[in-house]
Amino acid sequence: MKEAVFSSPLFGISISIIAYYIGVVLNKKTKIALVNPLLISYVIIISFLKVFNIPLEWYLNGGDFINLFLTPATAVLALTIYRQRKLIKENFLTIALATFVGAITSIVSVLALCKLFSLSDPITYSLLPKSITTPMAIAVSSSIGGIESITVLAVIITGVTGNILAPVLIKLLKVKDPITQGVAIGTCSHAVGTSKAVELGDVQGAVSSVALTFTGIITVVLSLIIFNFI
Amino acid sequence: MKILIQISVIFTICLIGEALSAIIPFPVPASIIALLLLLVLLLTGLIKVDHIKEKSDFLLTNMAFFFVPAGVKIIEHFETIKSIWLPIFIIVIVSTVLVFCTTTLTVILVNKLTGGKK
Repeated sequence: MKEAVFSSPLFGISISIIAYYIGVVLNKKTKIALVNPLLISYVIIISFLKVFNIPLEWYLNGGDFINLFLTPATAVLALTIYRQRKLIKENFLTIALATFVGAITSIVSVLALCKLFSLSDPITYSLLPKSITTPMAIAVSSSIGGIESITVLAVIITGVTGNILAPVLIKLLKVKDPITQGVAIGTCSHAVGTSKAVELGDVQGAVSSVALTFTGIITVVLSLIIFNFI
Repeated sequence: MKILIQISVIFTICLIGEALSAIIPFPVPASIIALLLLLVLLLTGLIKVDHIKEKSDFLLTNMAFFFVPAGVKIIEHFETIKSIWLPIFIIVIVSTVLVFCTTTLTVILVNKLTGGKK
């Protein structure tokens, strides 16, 4: 009985939607950044799986169906860029420069912090590409000797951190310009952060999409150069 | 029917992205190739906004939702980092905040140097 119900794809899809919906409602009611729809969803679903002893594979029967939409959801960011094409063109150099600085900050800060916590080299290499989308990050990580599962973990934590902290940092640093907000979000927290940028506004969403693409490409090139020549 | 056609347009572009991603010898994911491809098709006018509007807006307004399973999946990796999860969390969060700050500063600086055009 239990397996028939919980291993059905309908279970994974339903619980994901319900958990996310609860997250959205709580977020709107409380207006607290930490009460983040994604974070709430993770807490609800992971607790549910643990309490009722449901294997992750059963959840993923439905979860993988939702995963299927990740590529299209990222691809249609092209439309947000297209809608703001004039603005992007005018600020192209600024966005390119800022993402370049951001990508370098990410690499250098991870190297320095890993040294500080005296983590092993494979762990350091796994964390290095954390600010870029998962497939790119895995490619970088595996080519420099990182561990794939740790990279995936770091990428998700990065994205959720950006998604949660972006509104807080915007307030704290008094970043009023929507272009600046977009560049910062897309550069520091890839597509998961960009989903927050899209919620903040059309300009933020478009600029963040451009920034995440740039950061991805710059990080891949930089890490390959660093590891092949230094 | 309109939505079905829009889905097929977007999925076909993603499928081409998957194919190109497999061929290209650099690590560029299918989603980024599909994004660039769709942008080029829009800019050249081969695809009109109306061809993909409703479906795209559905995906965009619910974008964060599609990351739910990917995040739940990380529980299978917790075992690997049991002894070092705290430093990893600290490093990732601190570095993310740092990147946000330096990126913001760079934009402000560049705008100042170029005369602050908006």
